[in-house]
Amino acid sequence: MTAAEPETPRAASSRAKDHSPWNWLLFIPIVVPLIPMFFNADSPRLFGFPRFYWLQLVWILLGVATTTLVYQMTKKRGTR
Amino acid sequence: MWRDHLTEIIVFSVLFLLVSGMGFVAARWRAPKDMAHLDEWGLGGRSFGGWITWFLVGGDLYTAYTFVAVPALMFGAGAAGFFAVPYTIVIYPLVFLVLCRLWSVSHRHGFVTPADFVRRRFDSPVLALLIAITGIVATMPYIALQLVGIEAVLKTMGVTGDSAVARHLPIIIAFAILAAYTYQSGLRAPALIAFVKDTLIYIVILVAVIYLPYKLGGWGSIFDAADAKFAASPNPNDGILLNANNQLQYVTLAFGSALALFLYPHSITGVLASRNRDVIKRNMSALPAYSLLLGLIALLGFMAIAAGVKPLPGAKEGTVDSNTVVPVLFDQQFPDWFAGVAYAAIGIGALVPAAIMSIAAANLFTRNIYKEYLKRDASPAQEANVSKIASLVVKVGAVACIVFLDPQFSIDLQLIGGVIILQTLPAVALGLYTRWFHRGALIAGWAAGMGLGMWMLYQIPNPASKRAHFGGSAFPLSDFGFDTKKTIYVGIVAVLVNLVVAALVTLALRAAKVAEGTDGTTPDDYFADEGDPRVTPDPARPADPAREPIA
Repeated sequence: MTAAEPETPRAASSRAKDHSPWNWLLFIPIVVPLIPMFFNADSPRLFGFPRFYWLQLVWILLGVATTTLVYQMTKKRGTR
Repeated sequence: MWRDHLTEIIVFSVLFLLVSGMGFVAARWRAPKDMAHLDEWGLGGRSFGGWITWFLVGGDLYTAYTFVAVPALMFGAGAAGFFAVPYTIVIYPLVFLVLCRLWSVSHRHGFVTPADFVRRRFDSPVLALLIAITGIVATMPYIALQLVGIEAVLKTMGVTGDSAVARHLPIIIAFAILAAYTYQSGLRAPALIAFVKDTLIYIVILVAVIYLPYKLGGWGSIFDAADAKFAASPNPNDGILLNANNQLQYVTLAFGSALALFLYPHSITGVLASRNRDVIKRNMSALPAYSLLLGLIALLGFMAIAAGVKPLPGAKEGTVDSNTVVPVLFDQQFPDWFAGVAYAAIGIGALVPAAIMSIAAANLFTRNIYKEYLKRDASPAQEANVSKIASLVVKVGAVACIVFLDPQFSIDLQLIGGVIILQTLPAVALGLYTRWFHRGALIAGWAAGMGLGMWMLYQIPNPASKRAHFGGSAFPLSDFGFDTKKTIYVGIVAVLVNLVVAALVTLALRAAKVAEGTDGTTPDDYFADEGDPRVTPDPARPADPAREPIA
């Protein structure tokens, strides 16, 4: 077990460094686009696009909005 | 036959030669004092800012596969081909934090490849070798796939002959040019060319998605035409929506492909070439612009249905080459000169990723096979030289893939590569977070995942191409004894088994007190940023000559 010992403090300190509650938001654009129930239908159509197509394109915006928000909120301010 | 396409051929050739010229000049772009170092040749000096990274990684991830194979899949199967969109949505939040850690630790230790990291982290040359070989093997069909993209365009322009040699000659010439400027300029060549490539592609796609629906009677009638085609076909799994049996496949394929994409050596090369952590994080928000483009490109497949496109005949009697769907659509609908521009976009679109991939594979060979096993004390200049030569060998291998194998199902080749590369997930991606896994267990997990993945792929027939094995990546769950018609993506199952085996063997090895080696990284390494000092613990490499190019 000797080799495993330094693992505990190491893991704890590394977790502390990119730990931010904002990061949990990143799960939204990972989970939502993978639920077919939301988008697997034809109606309503938008500009002729069935829901399957336009809604999945809308998820792109969801992804951009979330990553941008998390980036802005977790940006290092001043210090290094 | 080619005379009908003269304008297209001229426009294509002019743009292609222009870009090739840029490739050679690129060696002088942001030139370093000393090009004879792997950091310079293979990572562009680790100095790329936000814009260059955006073009480079975008040009790297969204390849000729995007332009040719995804619409071809939409044309053939409908909604199932749209998996490329959720796939490229979930990837960015997924790797947002992971890649920053990889960048930091690589920056501190001068890692060039993911296998370099695994070597230091787990203190295991064997595991690093497996990761390197996996990367090289997975990248080969991916490069071949880029050739398929060029070939589809050349075929539509009628410049490919009937005999085996004449059919492949234009590709061989194109690749010889590519090989020459990659050899000379390294990663700077694709970085510079990516600007032209993406500009052309954005223009072509914007024109296509505005002009073509106008010509074909609007988006509504395009989708209706696709719906009518799939309703008439005997295949139960096509259609403009998913059915109860292929939803699980759709979701697992999207998720599994996303997990795989950033494990590919070429994506990691693109990321490591960026200047600092901020560049990476900003790019994770900006790269989805390409996903929007990808979604629109996918729909070209439906436009081709509405326009009544007939794909050109394939290499064998009685088959069709579905990869020619988009080039034929452009040929029919666009004026000749603009079709030429579109073809150049696809052709150049294949060159950028092919160059980056061959560089990434060459770096793996140099760092993790040559330096580890053949010449321990290789100098940085020797490393750069070996990498340059290895990049040539890789390209010859890719051309051989195309000449000797049936390129018809290029997308499946890439899917097999995806299954393979996913097996490096526990060591590379999880390894960035934890050293809990035992190095021996990671090897066992890799072997289990690889074995199972290959067996599953072997079991899958493809009725369309009449092959009994390796026909795709959708594995029927009934083969595991479940009473269902649902299918699942092979890669997900294989990587789950990989993880379970790795965890169990870790517990066993730890109980047996097998040595774990020492971790060569410290927790702080995973947060280092531009300007932080580099560590050079390896006495074989005295001073790290790649000093920070910018303050």
